[in-house]
Amino acid sequence: MTQPTPSKGGYIGQAWLVILLALLYGGGLAGVENALSGKIEANKKAETYRVIPQLVAGTDPDSTQEIAVRGEHGKESLVYRIHRADGSHIGWVLSAAGQGFADRIELLIGLDPTVTSIRGMYVLNQKETPGLGDYITSADFQNRFRGKPADRPLAVVKTDPAADNEIRALSGATISSESVAAIVNRALANFREPLRALAAERSPGDLRPDESVE
Amino acid sequence: MCPTLAVTNAMKPAVTMAAATAFVLICSNIMVSLLRRLLKPHLRILVFTLTIATFVTIADRFLAAYVYEMSKQLGPYVPLIIVNCLIISRAEICASKQGLGVAISDGVGMSLGFGLGLATIATVREVLGSGTWFGLHVMPTGWPNWGIMALPPGAFITLGLLLAVAEWATEKRASTALWRTVRMLWSWRH
Repeated sequence: MTQPTPSKGGYIGQAWLVILLALLYGGGLAGVENALSGKIEANKKAETYRVIPQLVAGTDPDSTQEIAVRGEHGKESLVYRIHRADGSHIGWVLSAAGQGFADRIELLIGLDPTVTSIRGMYVLNQKETPGLGDYITSADFQNRFRGKPADRPLAVVKTDPAADNEIRALSGATISSESVAAIVNRALANFREPLRALAAERSPGDLRPDESVE
Repeated sequence: MCPTLAVTNAMKPAVTMAAATAFVLICSNIMVSLLRRLLKPHLRILVFTLTIATFVTIADRFLAAYVYEMSKQLGPYVPLIIVNCLIISRAEICASKQGLGVAISDGVGMSLGFGLGLATIATVREVLGSGTWFGLHVMPTGWPNWGIMALPPGAFITLGLLLAVAEWATEKRASTALWRTVRMLWSWRH
């Protein structure tokens, strides 16, 4: 025997508490996020500045410039323009984010000035599966991106890389590995040309690669 | 069990996890107790989950804002508090049936017990595995750190041994009580 289906008013009558709580909790969480997001972003920025020298060797942290760059997808993103102590431009650090297996993954990608090579990759924030996907934060996995080409998409493979644009996946965490590679590929596709254009506009303090510093 | 074992390799993450769990447990007990007369039986689990998830999100954001390094170290284990059976079971067993005072007391008591459990496992693991307690050296110089205690197997070994000790103590207390009862009955008869 089938149960009688509640009318529309019946559903609302049954679920009004859930709906009200969802609205109240949602509003509360929005308030908490509003109050704490500035502090959290400041923490992330401090970590970014601490990591930049690992991503682009030879960085002078005091000379790093923050630039808002409009990507090819039309959205602006914060990019760090990296300099040596002598003022020469030696690379970029790009912040990128995307969906991982469990939650959003945030990355920092170190690039050479002409965006042809990846200098380093760092996972700034993630909540992947403990013991499997969270190994994307390991130095071993992050170093797999070092030296990879930035002018064509990276591909994730389950064996030892045969081509220079291949990244070996983490065992047991293929989706997390693919997510990281996809975030890198998407960021590079969106910002490769804008960054190259910016690099071509030589700043007064920049030196050409063939120029030496006395 | 997953967060319990994962965060107990040292005292600092264990205490942070215990504090976050206490916040969520006490707050969710308060909310559920206040709402108990409005709960419908078939929707109560939904309300519990919604409430717990809200407070877990607040705890997660608070840690990210004020204890950033620890928040990164704990990683996904803070959001996993949502599926901690202790919290939803206290909402079901106690908070949804009791007044505010009892619900708060239950939350505080359960939080202290959970914190004590985490701290006990973390103490054994950190002292034996790293020779430290809260990061301070407590073992003599030359102590060979038992690396396995800081690794996941160390959590299982410690938990197993502590459960065995607790079981032994319980049995001993029960057998002592039984022996006393027998002696008391014997003395009455004679």
